[in-house]
Amino acid sequence: MLIYAAKRAFVALLVAITVSIISFGLLRLSGDLAQALAGQSSTAADVEAIRKAYGLDRPVYIQYLEWAGKVLTGDFGDSFFFKEPVSKMLGSRLPTTMTLGACALTFALLLAIPLGVLAAMRPNSWIDRTALTLSVLGQALPSFWFALMLIIIFGLTLRWLPISGTGTWLHFVMPSIALGYYATPAIMRLTRAGMMEVMASDYIRTARAKGLRMPTVLFKHALRNAVIPVVALAAVQFGFMLGGSIVIETVFALHGVGYLAWESITRADFPVVQAIVLVLATIYVVLTLFADLLNAFLDPRIRIA
Amino acid sequence: MTADALSANKILEPSPAALLRRRIFGHTGFMFGASAIACMLAMALLAPVLAPHDPYGQDLSRRLINPIWHDDGKWVFPLGTDQLGRDYLTRLIYGARISLLIGFATMVISGLIGTALGVAAGYFGGRVDMVITFVITTRLSMPVVLVALAVVALIGGSLQVVIAVLGLLLWDRFAVVMRSTTMQIRSLDYVAAAQAIGCSTTRIVLTEIMPNVMNALTVVATLEMAQAILLEAALSFLGLGVQPPLPSWGLMVAEGKEYMFFSPWLITIPGVALFLLVLSINLMGDGIRDISAPENRN
Repeated sequence: MLIYAAKRAFVALLVAITVSIISFGLLRLSGDLAQALAGQSSTAADVEAIRKAYGLDRPVYIQYLEWAGKVLTGDFGDSFFFKEPVSKMLGSRLPTTMTLGACALTFALLLAIPLGVLAAMRPNSWIDRTALTLSVLGQALPSFWFALMLIIIFGLTLRWLPISGTGTWLHFVMPSIALGYYATPAIMRLTRAGMMEVMASDYIRTARAKGLRMPTVLFKHALRNAVIPVVALAAVQFGFMLGGSIVIETVFALHGVGYLAWESITRADFPVVQAIVLVLATIYVVLTLFADLLNAFLDPRIRIA
Repeated sequence: MTADALSANKILEPSPAALLRRRIFGHTGFMFGASAIACMLAMALLAPVLAPHDPYGQDLSRRLINPIWHDDGKWVFPLGTDQLGRDYLTRLIYGARISLLIGFATMVISGLIGTALGVAAGYFGGRVDMVITFVITTRLSMPVVLVALAVVALIGGSLQVVIAVLGLLLWDRFAVVMRSTTMQIRSLDYVAAAQAIGCSTTRIVLTEIMPNVMNALTVVATLEMAQAILLEAALSFLGLGVQPPLPSWGLMVAEGKEYMFFSPWLITIPGVALFLLVLSINLMGDGIRDISAPENRN
């Protein structure tokens, strides 16, 4: 297990480094940095002076190493647009996105696990088919459009919920539903498959045979085992949600990292975009590492492969 | 055996082709998806003939006319007009071209990249597999929407750029599925036999591996096509995809967003079109999986 964990962590580290090189390249591709820092009305001499002052005249790999060293200490440079540290901007926005991700995941789990269990209890019954239909329909819904439909129904017509902003917990209801819906089909299918496998096993038959009531068997014996791989999947889905938050946060003007990313892209504020790509990718790498280790811990067959 | 028994046998054992036909026509999801796609494809190809107006013809004097299910709707503009007075039905019909083109072109590009990587990883194994798996893992850790938005913002949005960016980003599922499928096939006897009689690697891959991964490839291709269409719509919706005045469905939703309180149909109509297209593609993909490998259901 330890050897597997070490190997897996090493790969995760390599991936993180590769992603950092890619996001470093993103900023370089965005054009002449010295020109961007100097502004529109600068002379060629100004640009040269800035190039020297910021060390942009040195070889790219030295610039990368220096940048990477700063990133490790939490220094992502300054925003072109606001001239303030990117880390500060990220710090003020990250809690919102994390809250959104957590709410969305909670919503997805609360919807998907009961549906998955019910579907597994009665395969091919109407509830199984309904759950399947819901997941097929859900996968075809464009996320931004689903979000707008929620706004039209619950925001504009019924006036139950606020349609944009971050003020209260009510502001998080619609974004969480819009974001969480997309994780539901995968979680539901895994729960269903896991429950069907567990329910067919001997110890469930034993539990039933010694006269335990069905709810006890279901929740104490079966679900506990069936739900563990779901935890690993949920971790990965949380990573996907952080990436998907860019669309949802923009629709609801929710002041999180996703909205910041969109604003920064439209303002050509690439140091911020670069930092967000790196942070989101790193969170995803850590989450998948956690998921893989959890799966390997539970299923020894994975460790050998 | 009498003639009667013979014919009874024939009835009891239909030919494989008949079985396949029965599976295809008996699969409601596949039939629905395939016919809906056929309709949309026809709509896209025949757009100039079918569309009643010019998709770019603006006329501010007839802006935001309601669709016909409203009392003041006009039959001249069955789905009403948008904020610039362009016929909405016409733009919807032309929009099918963009979605289908992007979905198909992206699928071809990402399919080529993903299949090449996946088959190479699965066939050669060892170090090649290690490197390719690493590339796949790295790709998966990059948030697709964010990277696509950033790249489009750098290069500038256009149909070609969106296709190229999505094609270069969406190959991961092709690679993952092709890798595992090729690995399974690689260990089978007929591949060993081909190696034993001295076939070249190219030949083995093309004549022994490829025909046997086709089913899995088709299923992934449909899923990725749907994914590409949804992503293009999201990018265009965020203003960093296909640029106006092209009638992309995602862009139509974005343009209608400001009018959604009084004219909600401006965003419901293109959204429903997107939903139906993606649903049909997914249903067709699921159908192909069920029909080609009925034992793998669930």
